[in-house]
Amino acid sequence: MAKILVFAELHGTHVKGVTLEILGKLAGHTVEVAAIGTIPGEATADLAKFGAAKVHSLKGSNLDKYSPEGYANALHGFIKAGNYDYVFAGATSLGKDLFPRLATKFDAGMVSEVTNFIMEGDKFSGTRPLFAGKCFAKVELQGPKPYFVTVRPNALGMNANPTAAAGAVDESAVDAGAIRAMIKEIVKGTSEKLDLTEANIIVSGGRAMKDAANFKILEEMANVIGATVGASRAAVDSGFAPHAMQVGQTGKTVAPSLYIACGISGAIQHLAGMRTSKVIVAINSDPDAPIFTKADYGIVGDLFQVVPLMTQEFKNLLGK
Amino acid sequence: MNIFVCVKQVPDTETKIVPSADGSFIETSSIKWIMNPYDEFAVEQALLIQAANAGSTVTVVRVGSTKDTEALRTAMAMGADDAFLVEANDNLDSYSIAKALKGAIEKSGKKPDIILTGKQAIDDDCLQVPQILATMMEIPSVSVVVGYEGSATDITVKREIEGGAIEVYGVKLPAIIACNKGINTPRYASLPGIMKAKKKPLTTLSLADAGVSEADRRVKYSNFQLPPEKPPGKKFDATDAAKMGGVVKEVVGLLRTEAKVI
Repeated sequence: MAKILVFAELHGTHVKGVTLEILGKLAGHTVEVAAIGTIPGEATADLAKFGAAKVHSLKGSNLDKYSPEGYANALHGFIKAGNYDYVFAGATSLGKDLFPRLATKFDAGMVSEVTNFIMEGDKFSGTRPLFAGKCFAKVELQGPKPYFVTVRPNALGMNANPTAAAGAVDESAVDAGAIRAMIKEIVKGTSEKLDLTEANIIVSGGRAMKDAANFKILEEMANVIGATVGASRAAVDSGFAPHAMQVGQTGKTVAPSLYIACGISGAIQHLAGMRTSKVIVAINSDPDAPIFTKADYGIVGDLFQVVPLMTQEFKNLLGK
Repeated sequence: MNIFVCVKQVPDTETKIVPSADGSFIETSSIKWIMNPYDEFAVEQALLIQAANAGSTVTVVRVGSTKDTEALRTAMAMGADDAFLVEANDNLDSYSIAKALKGAIEKSGKKPDIILTGKQAIDDDCLQVPQILATMMEIPSVSVVVGYEGSATDITVKREIEGGAIEVYGVKLPAIIACNKGINTPRYASLPGIMKAKKKPLTTLSLADAGVSEADRRVKYSNFQLPPEKPPGKKFDATDAAKMGGVVKEVVGLLRTEAKVI
């Protein structure tokens, strides 16, 4: 049987959702988990619940902050010693940055950001979007092992009936080696909310928002339903929102449970970035806007009237 | 300084993608090719670094098909000095592309002080090549960079992570920097620049010249297909102020009872 490792990322005292999604998908296989540093009790409990046979806590100097070289060196040594066949991680900022380096240290291949995969016996095959979701392809790995895979957050979904495993915690000493690109400082983002790529609900604004200040009506709705606010390229290019908020082919590709598009016409490059959202609501005054062809629920109307009304309805529904 | 920029040629963002009949890739015959948008920031950053360090040269490298050489000519029209093209199919995997880039950089005979790339190519969206190339060349790299300052030996760069947070890195050159939107504002190629670009040296190499063979493929792609079309959704008219409240209430209700997402 393939020896599988999932690299876990922590978020405060919890493990990131995508780590648990991957574990749930690998039910039926013996899977070990590794994370850098001390793993809090809540995180270990969740990992065990979703099927982690072992939880490796990797410790060494110069690993308190992320560094591409330090993390790659540390994990390279650990994975080599453990003789794993497959290593998975979430396609987060860190996963996307780290895994290509790690794979190359083994001269091995890596598949980026699959939205689904299967393990038939020892053989992995995945599905991944290309051209920002305008098409999909099947991906397989070949050449030297271990094989590396990152998985898009929210794409697999949580396994509702996970198979629990022991989750025995084991501490390993790792070596970060020489670091030539070192973090000097971390500047917090303006928002404490989940990143667009990990958000479960997104409220996005387009050119019809007319002004950066008008995004506050989207913020108000987002606060009520626990959403992250995004923007179309037209809104970003018009200076209404920073590029970090852009959804689409030249921004972020997202797959939330609910995507609410406000005043977004639905250019092909925007649709590519959000079409895999499970449920799409579109609010637009133009009944012929292309966004309506992708929307599960389309509302033709003035967003400046509809959005506040909807926020109030959400408040009523959620008892806020 | 010896400054290198790696660029990719990709289908224009407005392109409708059609899988090829055998599903092995996409139809490429009628595509308008452009320089990968993030690579424009890399070219601009290279030119800014060149301007700040007298006597520097900017060399552009691309791996891909020869259908046209738009991306390389655009980079040279913007101001790059010379270019290398490694001829290859447009469906290589990241490992092969990185190895070919390394081969071409070595063939140039110049030892790179800095290599700039875009943070990702908007065709396969892998975000792998800069990190693979850095690991292969055993030099540091920082990806998704939105801020750059520094000298010919030491730089400080800002990497964007989740939620718009920034990691500030101190980096010793040589290094690879993968640029994101926000790092600069790319210049347009001027008409004299476009004329001059036609006379600038463009060296063509084969994949074999760059040291890459089919055995270097690590990721196998197949079954290219369009995403499944969604069944048509429900559309409500809320243009009439009198109906608006009812429509919004109904949709919010459906999000709970039918879609079960709230």
